[in-house]
Amino acid sequence: MTATEVTTEVKPSTKVGNPTLAVWKFASCDGCQLSLLDCEDDLLAVAGRLDIAYFPEASSGMMAGPYDVSLVEGSITTPGDLKRIKEIREQSGLLITIGACATSGGIQALRNGADVSEFIGIVYAHPEFISTLDTSTPIADHVTVDFELRGCPIDRGQLVETIAAHLAGRPPRIPTTSVCVQCKARGTPCIMVSQGTPCLGPVTQGGCNALCPTYNRGCYGCFGPMESPNTAALAQQFTHLGLTDSEIARTFRSYSGWAQAFREEADKHEIPQGTNQ
Amino acid sequence: MNTPTSVTIDLTGLGELVSELVARGYEVYGPQVHNGVITPDLLRSVEDLPVGWTDEQEGGRYRLVRRNDGARFGYAVGPQSWKEVLHPARTKVWSMTRDSAGELKVTMTEPDRPLRAFVGVRPCELAAIAKQDRVLMHGPHPDPVYTANRENTFVVVVNCGEPAATCFCPSMGTGPKAGPGYDLALTELVDGSEVRYIAEPGSDLGAAVLRGVPSAVTSDAERERGRQVIADAVDRITRQIDTTGIRDLLFGNLESPRWDQIAERCLTCGNCTLACPTCFCTNMEDVTDLSGDHTDRWRTWDSCFSLEFSHMGPGPHRASVKSRYRQWLTHKLGSWIDQFDESGCVGCGRCITWCPVGIDLTHELSEFRAAPGPKRELEGQPT
Ligand code: SF4
Ligand code: SF4
Ligand code: SF4
Ligand code: SF4
Repeated sequence: MTATEVTTEVKPSTKVGNPTLAVWKFASCDGCQLSLLDCEDDLLAVAGRLDIAYFPEASSGMMAGPYDVSLVEGSITTPGDLKRIKEIREQSGLLITIGACATSGGIQALRNGADVSEFIGIVYAHPEFISTLDTSTPIADHVTVDFELRGCPIDRGQLVETIAAHLAGRPPRIPTTSVCVQCKARGTPCIMVSQGTPCLGPVTQGGCNALCPTYNRGCYGCFGPMESPNTAALAQQFTHLGLTDSEIARTFRSYSGWAQAFREEADKHEIPQGTNQ
Repeated sequence: MNTPTSVTIDLTGLGELVSELVARGYEVYGPQVHNGVITPDLLRSVEDLPVGWTDEQEGGRYRLVRRNDGARFGYAVGPQSWKEVLHPARTKVWSMTRDSAGELKVTMTEPDRPLRAFVGVRPCELAAIAKQDRVLMHGPHPDPVYTANRENTFVVVVNCGEPAATCFCPSMGTGPKAGPGYDLALTELVDGSEVRYIAEPGSDLGAAVLRGVPSAVTSDAERERGRQVIADAVDRITRQIDTTGIRDLLFGNLESPRWDQIAERCLTCGNCTLACPTCFCTNMEDVTDLSGDHTDRWRTWDSCFSLEFSHMGPGPHRASVKSRYRQWLTHKLGSWIDQFDESGCVGCGRCITWCPVGIDLTHELSEFRAAPGPKRELEGQPT
């Protein structure tokens, strides 16, 4: 599904008072949950409109479900995750996934297609204690997701907007156009044109306010594919800029590398992911 | 006004011109080197001008390059135009609050009417401002933000002596010498590190400002040099488009396979429309806060390359890439004529340079001329 398709009004659960909010973590770095904590004044406003019922990162008090709204961070990487996400879905009115891990598998999806048991043998002293799946996959591969909020990490303004919109029963105002639109709006000169720096911005959904190009870095694709990503044309331009096929593949295989459009483009420029590790 | 008489000013005079504008209460903007490009910004002094810099441009490529003379205006155009100042990317239109009694209160944004002087406007940019004036200020529903920003601008045009490879202003009749609409026009005469300017007033206000600046009578030799600067610029401009019957050429080719070929390359990133100094389209966004008692309405730049732009009822009616590129090109060069009796393009070349994959409208037009495609009968008017 695309990020804008579903709008579901938050219906308070049976009890009186504010709708309840739960925040869940799967395989992730916690950065997106921290974005919520980082909302400062807005967090107080969130707390005024939603009862924070379950948020282990922020408080020790944990209320039992069901929950009106669940925010889910992280990707599915273990058999336990598979079971837990289904339970969370059952207990949640509205399920919103937050961040690149939850919406496209995250940077850890680089392992998809690779020999995971070999990684485990190299990384862990006691591989026998590790129970893991061969893949890192987005939440929407396993349960119905009501809204996907992209980003690595998510943008806290977009998070507040998403919550505010669902509380008001209107569609969240989350643009699906390119990062380039944000470069132009804030007056950042295009670094691909003016410096020859390869940039994923034209095929990536804006949301970060063109953070990397503004600091002279090509876009890493954190917000995943934009609404009509012409990855083949951009890859062609990367070739003109002097990138080799494997460099092109690596550029697309970044924070949103498992998102379909980026994955397929990367595969065109390299033997399938993992077999060359 | 009386017949304009040109005078010659030197670098001191240029500094005095800026001081005179400041003394008259203007915020003075001028070109500066920022982040590897030349772009207009608030000018603290003439020292900020891009002395000794020029730009090299091609499809999808821009580089700042050193020049070994004292030219202050020895470049073509940067990525940003005066549109950023006059028609900003994001403006708050109004705010609405609901008080405890449930009453709604709307507060309209009252635009201030700043006195701003633009120094270093290019002839094509002057023409672009005139096109936006027509759309945003002189129509039946003047845009309050644009009108407020535009009302008190003082425009100092600098004629072009250093066009880029992407420029094609002669085809559009907008340069490299400025047409009417400026307050002052300068032509830069460069002799190594020595620089002089022929200054011509274009308005009574321009003439009055110029009287506050030390100057000399322009000599016949200087006048001839000034003409030569323009003539050399014309000679160096190689890109062009043939505008004969251009509207019918485009609308006679709506089903050409050429659009599919362009669509293979186009990223639908929107850079061309956002960099274009005449594109005016905007979107409205209502932003509610968490309390649900406060809403702001923002107006933001939009682009016909976005899917949301043509979203009606069941979905975007310009979903394909080709339909979006076709909208841009046919509007810019075709239906703009139907709407405003003139072309929407001034030949500045920004959409060529700042397209990340270097799609070049001058090239595409010559392809349409060379190989007219199958025609399609139109139902109603294209917009
Ligand atoms: S720097 Fe990247 S994101 Fe910004 S306009 Fe250029 S290509 Fe687009
Ligand atoms: S269409 Fe291109 S060349 Fe014409 S005015 Fe716009 S940016 Fe400049
Ligand atoms: S429709 Fe497209 S080409 Fe026309 S003014 Fe709007 S953005 Fe520019
Ligand atoms: S023509 Fe170029 S700048 Fe315009 S949308 Fe297509 S790729 Fe982007």
